[in-house]
Amino acid sequence: MSDGGRSSVSAAERRMWTTWVRERAVSSLPPDKLLPDRQPSYVSSWIYVFGVTTIAALVVVVVSGMILGLAGPAWWHTSSLGRFFNGIHLWGVELFFFAMVVHLWGKFFMGAWRGGRGRTWVTGAIAFLVAIGAAFTGYLSQQNFDSQWIASEGKDGLNSVGIGAFFNVSNFGQMYTFHVILLPLAVSALVVWHVLLVRRHGVVPPYPAKGQER
Amino acid sequence: MNGGPDPSAPWSGPFIRYDLVKELAVALGVVALLAVVLTVLFSSPDDPPTTIQSWARADPSDFVATSVTELAGTSEVAEYGPPYTHTPEATQKIGPLDLQSTPGVRIPIDTEKDFVLEPLRTIPGTPRLQLAIHTWEAAPARVREGWIAAYEEALERARFPGQQAVLVPGGRYGPVATMMVSLLADAQSGGLDGTLLTEDHRFYQTNYTKPLLFLSGGEYFEGRAEGQHLLGTQWGMMNETGSYPGQVWLWLYTFWYQIEPFLESPNADALIFALMGILSLAFVCIPFIPGLRTLPRHLRLYRVIWRDHYREVES
Repeated sequence: MSDGGRSSVSAAERRMWTTWVRERAVSSLPPDKLLPDRQPSYVSSWIYVFGVTTIAALVVVVVSGMILGLAGPAWWHTSSLGRFFNGIHLWGVELFFFAMVVHLWGKFFMGAWRGGRGRTWVTGAIAFLVAIGAAFTGYLSQQNFDSQWIASEGKDGLNSVGIGAFFNVSNFGQMYTFHVILLPLAVSALVVWHVLLVRRHGVVPPYPAKGQER
Repeated sequence: MNGGPDPSAPWSGPFIRYDLVKELAVALGVVALLAVVLTVLFSSPDDPPTTIQSWARADPSDFVATSVTELAGTSEVAEYGPPYTHTPEATQKIGPLDLQSTPGVRIPIDTEKDFVLEPLRTIPGTPRLQLAIHTWEAAPARVREGWIAAYEEALERARFPGQQAVLVPGGRYGPVATMMVSLLADAQSGGLDGTLLTEDHRFYQTNYTKPLLFLSGGEYFEGRAEGQHLLGTQWGMMNETGSYPGQVWLWLYTFWYQIEPFLESPNADALIFALMGILSLAFVCIPFIPGLRTLPRHLRLYRVIWRDHYREVES
């Protein structure tokens, strides 16, 4: 093929959506930025553990939830194995929120949105709020007295602002769909977006030390 | 201005080796192990649900008293307002804003028909009961109110032999006594659970709105929740049955229900929902709110977090 042929192919390639996405992805997050093996020297505090712990707990919650869902929502009431995985799911959720809250407070005290990292905070904060919804629908999907009572009490708050007309906490089918598909997908997508933003912008540096302040 | 080095500039100081993948793998192992240990030690709570049958058997007096209000259309559910009923002036408001009415009645509930008359119609081989239903439907509203008032008064002196029937002294109850005896029997047999769940004669069902609303009208259901410290005034939204941690992350939402002006407000749910909406939005937008976004700099807790860094830089 001649040079002229190559340049015409190259121009055509540049117009391809696939090429555009690949080039944007690689320029925004080259491999050594996406999975770096070095970090600035200030990344040496226990507080950094809680971000990755939140992700680890999310994995435990999602995997135990998938196992629970395999035999249907009533399985764990009649099977000791099901009860075991329900325990893993419950404690995984408690650990997830514990780690996430410590992570959030840590990032607040670090002013982690500085240096163009506003979207990183926003995606993390929205992930926290959506995770609350995911947990809420989980409690509604337990099919026990706790679910009944939470539905009975929760409906008043949602009805009072018109949401209950569309998001009916007494409709098990609707709540279960939100819990096992829609909200886990939303939380996972937000967490992935959040992590990619962290990788792109890097870990926020410390506030200026004494003598560095202007 | 923050002052000092630009936080958006690439780090020009020293770097350390940091194995992100190994860190995630170790965290995954530790969290999974912790979850297993906690499960082995504490398992998870599973209090069986209340059914219409278990309610009617455990507390027939409460069941019948509730059912009469559902028949009369005077129960909490019957007068709830949107999304269940068209009851005027029943909605919660945020100042002049009535969001509860905006979607309209999208989940219509007619307690007289849905909770009492239709279930009674499904009971086969009961000509006396069917005549009682016909008499009730044919009677003017004033007459019905008289029957209901007389029956509710008589219920205070009612007997429930063996917790299996309701016997009231003779009186002018019209068809109400016959209907209540049959409804209690239907509930105790478990038939009412199925009837309330069945919509439009469909086989598969997943919507528990009717039985849950019926249950929530009785004192038995609430009494059980109170025993498990689940009421709103007991920080119930963040509690779980037994001694297990529940949705503890809802502590702030639950907190407002414990204090004035929300404690006694008829609009408490709407006001607290709006307040939490505003606080949540502020939480998400912290990086863009003057004063709040610079607060951590003044709190100086970052010096504890990055103490190694400052020790090195400032020494």
